[in-house]
Order: sequence, then C-alpha cells, then structure tokens
Amino acid sequence: MLTKRIIPCLDVKDNRVVKGVNFLNLRDAGDPVELGARYSDEGADELVFLDITATIRSRKTIVDLVRRVAENVFIPFTVGGGIGTVEQIDELLRSGAEKVSVNTAAVKNPNLMAEAAKRFGNQCVVLAIDARRSKTRAGHWQVCIKAGSEPTDVDVVEWAVRGEELGAGEILLTSMDADGTLAGYDNELNKAVSDAVNIPVIASGGAGKLEHLYDAIVKGGADAVLMASITHFDNYTITQMKQYLRDRGLPMNL
Amino acid sequence: MIVVIDYSVGNVKSVCNAFHHIGCEVELSRDPAKIAKAVGLVLPGVAAFGYAMEALGSAAEPVRQAASAGKPVLGICVGHQMLFDQSCEYGPHKGLGLIRGNVVPIPPVQTVPHMGWNLVELPEEMDLFTGLRPAKHFYFAHSYHAQVNDRQVRIAYTDYGSPLTASVQKGNIYGVQFHPEKSGNHGLQVLKNFYAICAKR
Repeated sequence: MLTKRIIPCLDVKDNRVVKGVNFLNLRDAGDPVELGARYSDEGADELVFLDITATIRSRKTIVDLVRRVAENVFIPFTVGGGIGTVEQIDELLRSGAEKVSVNTAAVKNPNLMAEAAKRFGNQCVVLAIDARRSKTRAGHWQVCIKAGSEPTDVDVVEWAVRGEELGAGEILLTSMDADGTLAGYDNELNKAVSDAVNIPVIASGGAGKLEHLYDAIVKGGADAVLMASITHFDNYTITQMKQYLRDRGLPMNL
Repeated sequence: MIVVIDYSVGNVKSVCNAFHHIGCEVELSRDPAKIAKAVGLVLPGVAAFGYAMEALGSAAEPVRQAASAGKPVLGICVGHQMLFDQSCEYGPHKGLGLIRGNVVPIPPVQTVPHMGWNLVELPEEMDLFTGLRPAKHFYFAHSYHAQVNDRQVRIAYTDYGSPLTASVQKGNIYGVQFHPEKSGNHGLQVLKNFYAICAKR
C-alpha cells in the first residue's frame, strides 16, 4: 500500500523562500537549498518549489536552483511557476526535477499538458490549480491564474477532470481562501475534486494544526498534504506530523 | 572507482549526486576500458526498457562480461529490469540476460503506475540492506516489474494489491526496482552498502 505523503512547499522569490497569507504579505523563510536539504533529511516524502515571481530573469535562476537542489536533496521534487513550454519542462527535468507543475500556461493552452505527458510521461506532469470559492455559485470554485491575481470563468472541478484527460498525473490543489490562514484546508473543495478524478490530489492551503492534515486526507480524500507556514516557522516537525497521522491509523513512511 | 553507465539520455545525474553526497567518487562513462577497471557498476534507471537497451548499445557486452567476472553490478529501476532476459514494454525487447526472468506489466489491481513510497520487506540474506532490516519504505515510479524464474536469486517484495519484485540479488548482481537516490536517508544507506560491497572486493 502506498503511504500518504507530507510535502513541504517552498515558494521562491529572489532566491529566498517566502511565505504569505492569502498570497500576500510575504515573510522570509530561508535559503531554498538549505531548507530543502533539511526537509529531505528530516523525512519529508517530496518537495515542491514554486517560483512565485516567474519572470524571464527568474526562470534562469530557477533552473540553476533546481540543479543545486538536485545535488543536495534525495527525495522527489516538483518545480513550478511560470512554465509555459515543453522545452522549459525538458530543461527542468534534465536539471534534476522529477515533476513539473503547470498552471497559467495550461489554462491558456491546455494542449501543453498533452504534449508534455506524451513526451515525458503523465507522472512528470502536475496540474496546479489555484482555486477561489465562487461568490455567485454555492459549492463551486473558480480557477485563478497569474499567481492567483486573475480570476477566470473556468470551474475548478471541470478543469481538474479535463486536466486528467489531457495527461496530468497529479493535481496540486490550492485553496486561495485558506492559504496561509492556518485555519484548515478547504475540504469541501478537496472532496469535490478528489471524487471527480482518478489521479492523486495534493491538498494545499490552510494547514495550521496536525488534525488539519488528517482531515484533508480522510474528509477531503487527498493522497498528499502540502504545507508551508506550519513547517517553515517551526510549529511542527515532519516527524511530528507523520507520527500523528500514523497514530491515527494512516499509512505513513516513518 | 564505481562507474555509472552513461546512456546519454534522461537524468542519470541524480544517481551520481547521491553517490557524491555519501562521499563515494563515481564516474559517468560507457567506455569499455573504464568498465573493465571499475570496482563496481551502476545501471541507472532512465527511459523505457527498449530505449534504454538501445542506448546501452555497445556497452552491453562489457557490462555482461564484468558481471560474469564477479564485479558488483547494481541496476536501478529500468536498470534493474535490464538484468533480466526480456521485457514486453512497447513490444518484446531482449535484456542483458544476467538473471532468468521476464519484465511484465504490474497487475492492474491498483492504479498503474505504482508511484510513491511503499514498504519493502528486507530478507536477512541480502547484504544490500544491512542496517535497514526488517522493512523500510522506498520511492517507486514504474509500470512494469520483474517476474523472476531463477532459483539462485534472493528476492525482496513490496505489496501493491499483489506482491511486486522490489529487489533481487544473484551473487554479485543486484537490482532495485525503487529509486535509492530518491528514497531519502534509507535510500542513501542502500548506496552506501553497495559502495561497501564494491570496496570489499
């Protein structure tokens, strides 16, 4: 049986890890390579690195970062942020990333997922979705692009299903409403998406307490939980999280 | 020096990075002279079976000779599958034939590919797992696995609805279906153990 996964997320800006609340008010959380190596050593199951600036200049920096991470991190890691072409995906995979996540570019050109999956395999392609609860339709969420700054008319659940059809191997689902609040994941969102697709869903946004991780897996149906604030700022160690989940009966790599 | 066989495709650097991290010098090469001189060989896991065998090309014979001469060989993922007679991934392809058996699709009891961390039971007599017994989690990413028909082989299994071959050992020939270079500290320990096995010779 596969274990449930604990995935620290490192948002990277100007070569530093940062973390905000609802995508705003960023705080410094350290050096990405050092922090990544520490999590790898402490027993994290995977890592996600997101280039949150995603400019042309930062893209060169992120390739260099991926190389340095690969020299120091011995667990699988995903890289994302501003990735728009199959060539960019190729470069990041060759630099040592296991998976690449796409977000804005996939919304604008859904075929990117199909092309990438065909060339590198579904397991390399992660569809990242930034979801915001719809103010007009209850029980619905809208896909937001450009680091959450631009809402679209695309429905999150429909988009996740389409993503799977096109070749995404995994969905990284971030609730913008819950992000950085430490108030718990949006499990209504997690459940709606995980019920609709057959590929793994990584719940993201809102982790503040250990029971939130459990709820995302059991109530939200997530295969993995992603967190930033609670681990970067030393509220809980990876081992504490894993022990808690194992004690509550979930299969963990511990 | 351990030689990591260079297929010139995909990401073979992760394995080299992991060996460097544990203080073991390795060289990425496919030169027959270097293969002959190496204390041990690593066949890294990249690409599909047929593609990897083709990329191995003229280096196949030196690898086979070294293995028959008793040099430690470690196959990882597709590199592990290449140790067997043949695979049916995208049509039949011949392997190195160092271990009797065939590479077949994972029974579709659960989602394929088998991707993530799974528990491997580590038998007493496999020296690749010294210090790790009785069982540890390792990182897997594969759609095919080896069906072993060789009585001289020791096998470690993982459970994925049905038992899958996670690791094999036939004398000096070792294979791991999982990725030790991506399995955290336990994976690094497997590489350290292989390094120790090579150094002992």
